[in-house]
This record gives sequence, C-alpha cells and structure tokens, in this order.
Amino acid sequence: MLSKARLTKRKGFEFTRWAVHPALLFTFLFFILPLLAMLIVSFWQRIGGKLTATWTFANYNKFFSKDYLVEALVNSVEVTLTATVISVLIAYPLAYILAFRVPLRWQRFVLIFTILPFWTAYVVRSYSWLLVISENGIINVIMTSLGLIDQPLEMAYSRGATVLGFVHFFTMLMTLTIYANLVQIKPTYHKAAADLGASPLQIFFRITLPLSIPGVAVGAFITFVIAIGDYINPQILGGGNEVLIPQAIILQVSRAANFPMASVMSVMLMVVVIVVYFVSAKHLKMERV
Amino acid sequence: MRTWVRNTPAAIYLLVVLAFIYLPVVVLVLFSFQDGPLPVPPFNGPSLHWYEKMFGNERLIASLINSVVVTTFLGFLAAYGMARRTPRFAGGIRFSLMAPLTVSYLIIGIGLLITLNIVGISKSLFAVGIGHVVINLPLCFAIIYSQFGDHTRNIDDAARDLGASDFQTLLHVIAHVMKPSLFASFCLSATLSWDEFIIAFLLSRFDVTLPVIIFEMLRSGLTPEVNAAGTLVFAISVTTVIAAAITVSALTSGRKK
Repeated sequence: MLSKARLTKRKGFEFTRWAVHPALLFTFLFFILPLLAMLIVSFWQRIGGKLTATWTFANYNKFFSKDYLVEALVNSVEVTLTATVISVLIAYPLAYILAFRVPLRWQRFVLIFTILPFWTAYVVRSYSWLLVISENGIINVIMTSLGLIDQPLEMAYSRGATVLGFVHFFTMLMTLTIYANLVQIKPTYHKAAADLGASPLQIFFRITLPLSIPGVAVGAFITFVIAIGDYINPQILGGGNEVLIPQAIILQVSRAANFPMASVMSVMLMVVVIVVYFVSAKHLKMERV
Repeated sequence: MRTWVRNTPAAIYLLVVLAFIYLPVVVLVLFSFQDGPLPVPPFNGPSLHWYEKMFGNERLIASLINSVVVTTFLGFLAAYGMARRTPRFAGGIRFSLMAPLTVSYLIIGIGLLITLNIVGISKSLFAVGIGHVVINLPLCFAIIYSQFGDHTRNIDDAARDLGASDFQTLLHVIAHVMKPSLFASFCLSATLSWDEFIIAFLLSRFDVTLPVIIFEMLRSGLTPEVNAAGTLVFAISVTTVIAAAITVSALTSGRKK
C-alpha cells in the first residue's frame, strides 16, 4: 500500500507529512515535559516556600523513613489488587453469559444496559454508594425494618467501602473488555474440541479461558492503573481512617503546597504502575480487545 | 419463543449483577426527588424542590456552563487534530500518542500543576482544558486511527489523481469519510471531560467545573441537591452517548458489508 501511495503524484505543500506533528508536539509539551518536571522537582527542595534546585535524595529518604507514607503506598496496592481481583471474578461470568448464553440479537442491548451506569457522574458514583450503605442508608433501613438487625451495620467509611466502590465501577469496565475478547473466539474451536470428545468443562479450561486471557489482562491492567491513582473513591467512601497514596499526594499539594514531596509520591505511584505493566506485558495485546 | 437466556443459573447471575450495578444509580435518582432535607429513607417525595434549588445555585450553573464549553471546544479540537491522515506510521509515534493512557490522571494533573508553578502561570480553566486534551487525545486517536483503512487510502488516492491538493483532500474528502469516527470521538471526549474531576480540581481556581462543585457540596454532608446534580450529569452523559451510538450506526450502516 505504501509504495502505491508514493507513486501517486503530489502537488504543492506536503500537508499530510506534517499532519501528525501537532499531536506529537502537544503530547511532548503537555505530557512528557510535565512528567519530566515532576521527576526533576522530586530531587528539589522547598526552602522558605520557594522551589530550590538542590538535587538531593532527601525527599526520597524522607518518604521511606515516614511509616505513614510507605503505608499509604502499601494500602493503595492492597486495596487496588483486592478490587481488581474481585472485579475479575464478578465480570468474567457476566461476560461469559453475555457472550455465550444470551442470544445474539439481544447481546448488544444487554451489554449496553449493563455498562450504562458507567456514565453516572464520577464524583457522584461513590457518593451514591454512601446513600446505600451509610448508617441511615437504604440497606440498614430495610434490614432494620425487617427485623434482621438491631443496630445499623457500620459499612461506610472503611476499606471495604472503598473496595466496593471500585468493584462496582470496574466490573462494568472488565465485562466490556472480556466480552469483546470472548466473542472473537471462533465457535469452530469449541465444535472441534467437542467433536474430539472434550467435556464442556475441558472446553472451558483448555480453550475458552486461555484464549480470553488478553481481555482479562487488559481490563485488569486498566483497572489497576485507574484505581491506584483514584482520589475520589477512597476520599468519599474510605472516610479518612486510612490514607491511600492519592489522598496523601493531594494533602501535600493542597495543605502544604509541598510539590517536591508530592512529586516523590507520584514517582513512587508511577513506579508501581510500571512494575505492574512489565509483569502483565506479555498478556497485554491491546489490539485483541 | 425461546427464552432469552438459555439456562436459569445464568439468568439469575445476570440479574444479581445487574441489581448490584443499578442499586446506587436507582437510589441516587430516586432520592433526588426527595421531599425533605436528607437523601435517605423514608422517601417522602416526589418533589422537584432540589432541582429548583440546584438551578437557583448560580455557582453550580456557571460551573455547568464551564464544563460544557471546555468539553465541546476540546472534544472538537482533539478530534479534528487527529483526523489528519498520517502516512508513515512508526510504532514509536503510536506509542507516544497512546502513552498518556497508562498514566493516572492524578499524575498528569500533578505534573501540569508543577509545570505551571515553575513557569509561573496561574491556574485557570484553560489549563484544565489543556489537561483534558492530554487525556482525550489517545482515545480520539485510537478511534479515528482504527477507522483508517484501505478504502480511505483508495479514496485519498482517487482525490489526488483528480487533482486535489493535500489540504483539499483532507478537508473535502477525508473529513467527510471520517465523519462517524470524528463524531464518536467528539462525544467520547465530551463525556469524559464533562465528568473529569481530579485535573479540574488541581488546575482550576475560580472557574471550576461541575464535578468540582459537586465535590465541594459533598463536604457539607448528604443532601438531595447532590442527587439532583448527579442525576442531571448522568442524564446528559447518557443522552450524549446514545446520540453518538445512534448517529454512528446510522452513518456506518450504509457503508459496511
């Protein structure tokens, strides 16, 4: 194709040759440079309220010497991993049912219906869970009136609540990526396996599941990246009993205006994401989804 | 008629998960019509009181308009920027354009905040806009790029053979062929940026967007006004998404197969 396109005679200014450059320049100026600035500032210090180029590891030493900061990072990883695993466990059967149990002409409709709450306002999504699980929320009111419990259950403002908020959102996202992967598996594979005498369970574990790993991996990776950097959900549902790394970063920025420390924590967050990326890289085939 | 779900356990599972997914949405919308000060049971409604209050809240309405302006302008800008035909596609270019997808919005926001601070530019709605283009560009690029295929290239060649310049080809031919994906990426950017919180929170000062206002309202505790605002945001997002889906399928149905 390329050579054919080159044979075509061009006239005037070669506009298309420069077409990609604005986007690249934009990405460079407003994505690459800010990240570099962040990395650089993480070695600077704030002296007398002004950023000073000191080139020191002091901020990193401080990060690792403060237990609560390291703990915030550990908390974040734990919460995010829990949420990711639970979301996969809920989303996979759902995507499987959508792809193989729901008749073809209904699939699109049911899928769209399933992921519609994806578009509830992001800030409001966590808040609406508060309405469900808070002390005088709908679950406690119903259970009390049914006589199932005497005291309202304390569900909100906990790690469990944070995980719940994440699971709700990412179940939808992963249903989408896993479904997209499952429907690409050719039905002939299943037929061939069945003809060769495989049981339905064998077909699932030896054909369907291995072929659908890319969909799971992409969904899980996106979930991990978004969840570990999310401020709103732990802030609203977690309720300050434990601090996750995004909350710690925002605290440094808004209360103390301590950009070097915020940079250090952001760098640590990125390091975690990069590690996760390399761990899952061999399964991440974006074009399959 | 065959049952639409072929076996019962599957149907039950589907219904249970759907109930889980819809539970907070239903509670949110229901209690936006609450007649009383708290968005929790018992339900005394229905009442439009909180919607009236919301539309009387000038800061809220101003922020709503800010959101719409930023998103419309930027969604269009991002979509248009990526509509350009890019002939020699090195993997590296693709990688750099897609890279922002793998970085948390929080980090992109902090990076931009630090950059503004170093350069000495104050926070503004414009800065929020820049941040939103950074996060929307990869998605717009991916959507539009995936629609470029042999047929677009042939049409492109045909236009050139008939004597069109590069610019004419782009404006009169390719932009027309790509209309569905341009529209889809516009709608996607618009809904994403409409709803984005952390970058707007970090980079805006006085002209805040709707999600930031809602977050500030949350600090004063549960109030049905937040329900009303949330319901409104949801309604607008869903309308945009559905409009996009219908338009895209209408525009592409004639072409495919």
